Amino acid sequence: MKIPKSFLGYKRENGRVGTRNHVVILPVDDISNACAEAVANNIKGTFAIPHAYGRLQFGADLELFFDTMIGTGKNPNVAACVVIGIEPKWTKRIVDAIATTGKPVEGFSIEGAGDIKTIMTASKKAQEFSQWASEKQREECPLSDLWISVKCGESDTTSGMAANPAVGNLMDKLEPLGVHLCFGETSELTGAEKVCATRGSTPEAQKKFMKTWSDYNDFILKEATNDLSESQPTAGNIAGGLTTIEEKAFGNFQKIGSRKFIDVLTPAEEPKKGPGLYFMDTSSAAGECLTLQAAAGFNIHLFPTGQGNIIGNAIEPVVKLTGNPSTAVNMKEHIDLDVSKILKREMNMDQAGDELIKTTIRAASGRLTCAEVLGHKEFIMTKLFRSA
Amino acid sequence: MANTDIIIHDEKDNVGVVVIEKITPNQECNCWIMENDKSVKIQSKNEILLGHKIAMIDFKEGDTILKYGHDIGKVVKDIKKGEHVHVHNVKTKKW
Repeated sequence: MKIPKSFLGYKRENGRVGTRNHVVILPVDDISNACAEAVANNIKGTFAIPHAYGRLQFGADLELFFDTMIGTGKNPNVAACVVIGIEPKWTKRIVDAIATTGKPVEGFSIEGAGDIKTIMTASKKAQEFSQWASEKQREECPLSDLWISVKCGESDTTSGMAANPAVGNLMDKLEPLGVHLCFGETSELTGAEKVCATRGSTPEAQKKFMKTWSDYNDFILKEATNDLSESQPTAGNIAGGLTTIEEKAFGNFQKIGSRKFIDVLTPAEEPKKGPGLYFMDTSSAAGECLTLQAAAGFNIHLFPTGQGNIIGNAIEPVVKLTGNPSTAVNMKEHIDLDVSKILKREMNMDQAGDELIKTTIRAASGRLTCAEVLGHKEFIMTKLFRSA
Repeated sequence: MANTDIIIHDEKDNVGVVVIEKITPNQECNCWIMENDKSVKIQSKNEILLGHKIAMIDFKEGDTILKYGHDIGKVVKDIKKGEHVHVHNVKTKKW
């Protein structure tokens, strides 16, 4: 297939391109959720992203919190952003950082004003942003403006045979076109970590990967009551035919095709080494992983599943594919692309990769994904340790 | 083209994965090697369910299982060609 050269996206002030045109009401902390949701309820064309954190965090955990909030606001899928927090200081820190993109953003703090007055003033600004954003038009943009993140979930042996390598095939075809790509799931690579490290494009990237994985593994060995062989693979994985943690990891690893990663990112860190594949240190929990990848600036997500994970994301459209013929039928409303024909040899990997490229470009150009239509807006903060 | 019963990822692999509901003992199975798009046949010795693995060669205790062209664990009990390969005869090398 001749790969299309472009998609239709929203050009942003800082040169990045959005696949969506969201106007987001972002609460800084748990107690500001009610106010943010009231504003989003008042003003059509906006939505709130409620979450459970933002109070009494400290150290690295607080910094990751800020990186996640700021990165979410900066993501090019967000046209404009209203930030609402209890206190002015943290609210301002988030607003100022989002404002570096040049997009419209304004902050409101509730302390001293109360919910009702804040809802009124923030609603007026949200109305202005919503109407402003509604006039933005999609324009033809090169595929290199796509920043694609990937993560798999509810995996079974069909994931390793069909859906994951289909994503790998897409990566092999799109990376040379200057696309940014990102995979994560530090824990799920256990068993394939040494082979994964060899996929670092430089000795520095390889070393950084092994350090990241070892730090994770040391943490597991310290906290775990057993060696994980009871939980990895899971009982469900074993019933489905997965025998060892290595087998599971190599199945996961099919998602990056034959690519090499150019750098290792900390959670929510924006890639800075230009186009290519990045590894991000993330949890393997889908909600957390996607939230971190979106906060790093990725604008569309590919999610291969076996048994049928239903995940979506607040700001990043999630394209789901499966190689499991039962899932494709029984959970049809969640599946954007069915590649189960691979198992019957009625579709080869080259064709599956092409189909996935077409589906990805359609979604990037505005076709709503299954997760979007079904209302999935997961926004799940990664917490490093307990709050003060 | 004959129906595919078993998929083998990589030419180097010594196990295949069942992709039909199940294969029965003494079934003549069609295998597809994805990497090079070749076909091979194998006679099964056990009933093996969808998603589970079949031995493409005879294994001795201590041998290494290769899938995706990589080491995915060690044989802990001899396995004959055509037998079911799973947690009863293969263990991780990790722990």
